[in-house]
Amino acid sequence: MIHLFTLGIFTEDKIGLLNRTTGIFTRRNISIESLTVSETEIGGVFRFNIKIKTTFEQVEKVKNQIEKLIEVIRVQVYEEHETIYQEIALYKVPTEELLKSDSIEKLIRKHAARILYVGPEFLVIEKTGHKEETQELFLDLEEFGIIEFVRSGRIFVNKSTENLISYLSKNLESSTTLL
Amino acid sequence: MTTEKIAFESQAAERSYQQKITGSEAIIHCLLEEGTHTIFGYPGGAIMPFYDKLYLFQDKVRHILSRHEQGAVHAAQGYARVSGEVGVCVATSGPGATNLITGIADAMIDSTPIVCITGQVVSPLLGTDAFQETDVVGISAPITKWNYQITKASEIPEVLAKAFYIARSGRPGPVLIDITKDAQFGELTFEYRKCISLRSYKPIPDLNRDQVKHAAAIINAAKKPFLLVGQGVLLSNAQNELKAFLEKTGIPVASTLLGLSAISTDHPNYVGYLGMHGNYGPNIKTNECDVLIAVGMRFDDRITGDVKRYAKQAKVVHIDIDKSEINKIVYAHAPILADAKDALNALIEYCEPTNHAEWMDEFKVCDQIEFDKVIAKEMFPTEGKITMAEVIHNISEMTNGEAVVVTDVGQHQMVTTRYYTFKKPFSNITSGGLGTMGFCLPAAMGAALGAPHRPVIGVIGDGGFQMTIQELGTIFQFQIPVKIVVLNNEFLGMVRQWQQLFFEKRYSATEMTNPDFVAIAKGYHLYAQKVDKRENLKATLTDWLNHPGPSFLEVNVEQEENVFPMVPSGASVSEIRLE
Repeated sequence: MIHLFTLGIFTEDKIGLLNRTTGIFTRRNISIESLTVSETEIGGVFRFNIKIKTTFEQVEKVKNQIEKLIEVIRVQVYEEHETIYQEIALYKVPTEELLKSDSIEKLIRKHAARILYVGPEFLVIEKTGHKEETQELFLDLEEFGIIEFVRSGRIFVNKSTENLISYLSKNLESSTTLL
Repeated sequence: MTTEKIAFESQAAERSYQQKITGSEAIIHCLLEEGTHTIFGYPGGAIMPFYDKLYLFQDKVRHILSRHEQGAVHAAQGYARVSGEVGVCVATSGPGATNLITGIADAMIDSTPIVCITGQVVSPLLGTDAFQETDVVGISAPITKWNYQITKASEIPEVLAKAFYIARSGRPGPVLIDITKDAQFGELTFEYRKCISLRSYKPIPDLNRDQVKHAAAIINAAKKPFLLVGQGVLLSNAQNELKAFLEKTGIPVASTLLGLSAISTDHPNYVGYLGMHGNYGPNIKTNECDVLIAVGMRFDDRITGDVKRYAKQAKVVHIDIDKSEINKIVYAHAPILADAKDALNALIEYCEPTNHAEWMDEFKVCDQIEFDKVIAKEMFPTEGKITMAEVIHNISEMTNGEAVVVTDVGQHQMVTTRYYTFKKPFSNITSGGLGTMGFCLPAAMGAALGAPHRPVIGVIGDGGFQMTIQELGTIFQFQIPVKIVVLNNEFLGMVRQWQQLFFEKRYSATEMTNPDFVAIAKGYHLYAQKVDKRENLKATLTDWLNHPGPSFLEVNVEQEENVFPMVPSGASVSEIRLE
């Protein structure tokens, strides 16, 4: 049974580690649906947020193999209901077309979107939400002709109160020197 | 990398050198600090600054010049496997680095601690397709435990300390350090502190007593327990603990290919060797036991056969240091995530003294069947050409089962591991997981240098021999005292066997027209002979073994001999064939 999983992979700052990590999915022929990388609340510790579709059995094996990588501190695996997540989408639409119609205000309100930029040729709308929500706005804007569209990978926080700092101080006594 | 925190040994000798030294010299000091006095390698443009400094340290670091970088890395593996130390090899950038790849992959899958140092083009040229530039860090990422590119001389001591620590700790593995030429030329103030921990890396899990108690309860209740021993026992040096556990519980034990020699093959609890060409009893009984105790092994497909029909009736106790191995192939009812030594020590405490004599006798029945159907005619033939089994049996007797035996890959490998009586630990050096032909000759030279007081025998087929045959030059130049025997059947025997059994005897590309191997060995000034008659076999073997220094022997063996028993690919272990 294939499910959607979100992995939070907490790592040291190491060139090439993302390559090693994605290689583990590649070996098992699992495609990555979305990927974002950001620095965490602890300086120097990064997180990869990776969305994949696979089975419970595979995700457990993949998790263990990623955790084995030297600079990986911890891997969390979540199902859909265990996280609060968000994506962001940007839509570039022709100004003239949109202004001709009277639906712009309605659209912005309906989707709780906002306008980031207005120019003589195009305007840029921003919408955050789940994929279905950003997709809905996409469909509504399609009739005006979308010049460019981009959607980010998923970012998320889990629904537990334990944070990385307490995990680190509990499990990983560290000291001195930088490499 | 700017932010990674490392803890260093507080009392570790912290050495600093007043004057500035070059990166190249620092590499050599690092090797000496880690106790490395033998390295294998091959020079070239991007590693020349290192070789230039090495010239000044010839009295402290012995460099063995292989004839190909693949030879250097396999030699480092042989050295590591026999000594338990980290093997070190050095190569230049580009083709030098890519020639190491097979050996690195082999070391990864067989958990061998090696550190490979490669030269790299100067850092301003990185990424520009410079002469002999290759992205070896990228190429080797999936087949190294860790790798790193050094572009500044000042990074050398810390990175190399980390490299040795990672290579040898926990489940060992290969580490590759790529060092740009400008980092080798650059200067630094040298300070060395051994690395003893990294915050993101926990090499040895804490033993969980509850897991041990749970496993012990299962073992204590077992009627037909069966223990499988893998290389993990050797890697954690737990031979004595294993023996004590077996003697307390009376449980029969079988070995994987790489676990061979962890327990003496003449130990009363030892019932044989597992896998596709393993013994009859251990394979059959895997599907009859009620508790399967796996220690430091990873249920390779050559062990399990069809995994859907593997030990389904048994409760599985799986001891491994690597969490990703637990439940990877076979579900463990009672996993113990720990170093084999710690786990066995604790199990000894919780397991009751038991006696499984009747169950053990069932293995003896199987042994008799295998002896009658397979072993007798292979080991003691009276007619026809010499068999591989009788060669190995004779060598085993003549060396009293106490030699280090290095094998290549194929029929000769399976025959050697079946018929050699391994009495001492760290005696079986072979390419297991990767199945690398060409491994034996260079690995045997590394093993001979890693175990200078033990006899080292390299058993090779005529196919694999020709993959790294040039290392005869290294053996001659450094007078490395290996005894090499080529079992020549003028076929790529294992592939031919499969063609015979599963491809209706279409011998596609398996026939070999071979050169005069003795003449080649003599060309390298080695003591060399050939034998093809049974009546001359013993005398020639004795002469070959007793010759001081390196010696070479070619044995012409039966051409179309098959290795049995055999679990055909895709079959269950209980469907093992005897003919």
